[in-house]
Amino acid sequence: MLTLADVHTHYAKSHILHGISLEVQPGEVVGLLGRNGVGKSTTLKSIMGLVRPSQGRITFEGRDITSMPSYKVAHLGIAYVPEDRRIFRLLTVMENLRTGLDRGGLTEARRKELLDKVYESFPVLGERKNQLGGTLSGGEQQMLAIARAMMLEPKIILLDEPTEGLMPRMVSQIRDIIGRLHHDGVAILLVEQNVGLTLGASSRCYIMEKGLMRHHGPSAALKADPSVIHQYMGV
Amino acid sequence: MASQTNTRFWIVFLVAVAALAVAPLGLPEFWRRFLTEILVWGLLAMSLDILIGYTGMVSFGHSAFFGLGLYGASAALLVMRTPNLWIALVVGLGAAALVAAFVAFFATRLRDIYFAITTLVFSQIFYVIIFTWTEVTGGENGLYFSQPPFTIPGIFSARFSTVSLHWFVLAVVALSYLALRRITQSPFGMVLQSIRENEPRTRAIGYHVERYKIVAVLLSGLFAGLAGTLYAIQHRFAAPDFVFFTVSGEVVIFTVMGGMGTLVGPLVGAAFFLLLREGLSRFWTEYYLIPLGIAFIAMVTFMPQGLLGFWKRRLNQ
Amino acid sequence: MFEQILVQTVNGLVNGMVLALVASGLTLIFGIMDIVNFAHGDLVMLGGFTGAVTVAQTGNFWLGLLVASLAIAVFGALLQITALRPLIGRDPLTTIIATFGISLVLQKYALWQFGPTAQNIPQPITGQFQLFYLQYPWYRPGAAVLAGGIIAALYLFLKFGKYGIWIRATTQDRVMASAMGIPVPLVHTGVFAIGAAMAAASGVLFAPLAAVTQTMGFEFTLRAFIVVVVGGMGNLGGSILAALFISLLEAYASLVVSPSQAVIVSFVALILTLLFRPTGLFVPTPK
Repeated sequence: MLTLADVHTHYAKSHILHGISLEVQPGEVVGLLGRNGVGKSTTLKSIMGLVRPSQGRITFEGRDITSMPSYKVAHLGIAYVPEDRRIFRLLTVMENLRTGLDRGGLTEARRKELLDKVYESFPVLGERKNQLGGTLSGGEQQMLAIARAMMLEPKIILLDEPTEGLMPRMVSQIRDIIGRLHHDGVAILLVEQNVGLTLGASSRCYIMEKGLMRHHGPSAALKADPSVIHQYMGV
Repeated sequence: MASQTNTRFWIVFLVAVAALAVAPLGLPEFWRRFLTEILVWGLLAMSLDILIGYTGMVSFGHSAFFGLGLYGASAALLVMRTPNLWIALVVGLGAAALVAAFVAFFATRLRDIYFAITTLVFSQIFYVIIFTWTEVTGGENGLYFSQPPFTIPGIFSARFSTVSLHWFVLAVVALSYLALRRITQSPFGMVLQSIRENEPRTRAIGYHVERYKIVAVLLSGLFAGLAGTLYAIQHRFAAPDFVFFTVSGEVVIFTVMGGMGTLVGPLVGAAFFLLLREGLSRFWTEYYLIPLGIAFIAMVTFMPQGLLGFWKRRLNQ
Repeated sequence: MFEQILVQTVNGLVNGMVLALVASGLTLIFGIMDIVNFAHGDLVMLGGFTGAVTVAQTGNFWLGLLVASLAIAVFGALLQITALRPLIGRDPLTTIIATFGISLVLQKYALWQFGPTAQNIPQPITGQFQLFYLQYPWYRPGAAVLAGGIIAALYLFLKFGKYGIWIRATTQDRVMASAMGIPVPLVHTGVFAIGAAMAAASGVLFAPLAAVTQTMGFEFTLRAFIVVVVGGMGNLGGSILAALFISLLEAYASLVVSPSQAVIVSFVALILTLLFRPTGLFVPTPK
């Protein structure tokens, strides 16, 4: 469904991605591991159109999306939950959700359904629906960022370090959400520092090092043999 | 290698000056004066280039420096019983320097757009003062005065003819160009350029960016005032129109179109624009500005280095 | 004396509201696309002329207002698409120089289209009332109320409409808005069109008070800039307060000096703001 082929991306003058290839099948949860600064976020940003690759191709459902502007990528069914959450701080929770909900082609009823589903998964958001995004706690903002992405009813969600800086209770909430999304058939490309969570939630994992893809294999195998993880992440 | 480019420069320079000196001899009266005027505006554009092209500070207020040089010299020429060329020059420069010092004070506190808007506002403040302070400045009607003779004190005094005035202006502008060139090629000039390219880094290296900016503004203002003074001497007339924003705007156009950061570019830009205006206004009066304006916008968007920008490196050697 | 001050207060408020209409368009545009639109005042001028021509042909002021706003909105959108889109992301100085070029072209275009004479629009609300010692035209407060109404409509649109959310989201975080599927380039064009429409409307509202001339744009642009800076760039509420503040200052100043000199007061206000509270006088906390 989503394929990256030999993608190179530069950020200003730095050559961040040196030829990344990966793929995600429909409904899969795929992990992307690696130390800080190896280019995991840049990979997600390249897919989403936030940065344009200088070389290589990115295809989604057969379409070339390498140079596509972000809003068109979103319309195709890819949603993005960035590393720093980036919720709209001056919009209320409800308005944040509406940025995804107010698309064409949805009936009122469907909209209500989506909202109800999200409030069910994230009751906290329901309580704070008219509060400004900036007044939410870190964990709540993370929930909002994910909920917002879910409003797009995407085929794949790009999750960038969703558990960063969260308390253990929230981490397990994230785990549940990922499970739930997977159950609903949404594919996930999960970038994470939390190796345990990633291996548990995903069926396959890629490991990156210095802008290159170093390893790729089933999560079960990686769980069984931690030496590979040790090698690339020093954990 | 350096001396080769140096000799080449001098040859080109001297040839250009000689051409400009000889040209009026073969031209009708109107064009002689026009040529002189091109030089004056060219000097103004060069002065702006120091700020825009070299230091990276856009000023929309150069009409203030120009205008004060103009009015300063005019005042001197009106007040003196025997109008003296050199005193007029000094007074004009002094007035411009004062304004420049004032503006320089703000230069260091404001970045980019805010600086540009403030310079605009300053020139408008001066415009309003000059326009309304009728008793002193003649207000709308302006000031008329007589042209001072060319004097070498104690030795020689002769009235200017159109041609000899042209030579005088040419000499001043040529010397100014050489001076500005020297400055931009000096270590000081290099720092200015590095401020334009990356101000935070320049500051981080340890340069007192504020001080450099202040000097840049002073320099720019001084030469702009010099242009104003020359204008006064040539035309014997001062009016508030010259302090109005339109002048600042036109100078920005000359400089950007001709090529920022080249010194010669703005001069060429001024010549280009003025000649075009003169030529086209015979057919289209003010409408010529529509295609010219569009060309300007296109140039700013797609060819920001201007007409001579391609040779920027060459011209700066 | 006291009565004079009160009269000037009313004058200041009236002028302030029309200025607020111009400035809110400018600040909206800056807030969302970081473009300092030097040609904004010329949009006011074009609106005034378009309105004048429409009113002259149809005799209906409200039609003039509508036609001018719509026409200039479309014109603004076209302008943004052709001339300003290529400039997105460039440094602000390039855009200011480019929009300066646009201003020049618009002025000469107006000269070409509408001729060199100033044009007038007769006041749609005639009659006067007694304001202390003056016969004060009803149109003046009427124009202020109209301007206020338009600004209020804008505020409601931004706060509650779907597109209002799009605009606010794009203003806060253009990148993330795009990632949420909001068509950012369209939003930019839309906002520019709205700003242009508001400028045009102020031109039409202003016309019955004074004549419309090709060169009036510059004064409006300069005043609007001052208001936007004093009010905090991108801050809608701030620019309205600043517009009233600046206009009141000028109105009071013209009790002491001539009106053409009173303008210096707003210049000084700008400079003081830039020196001491550069994020804006009416911005709650400097960021």
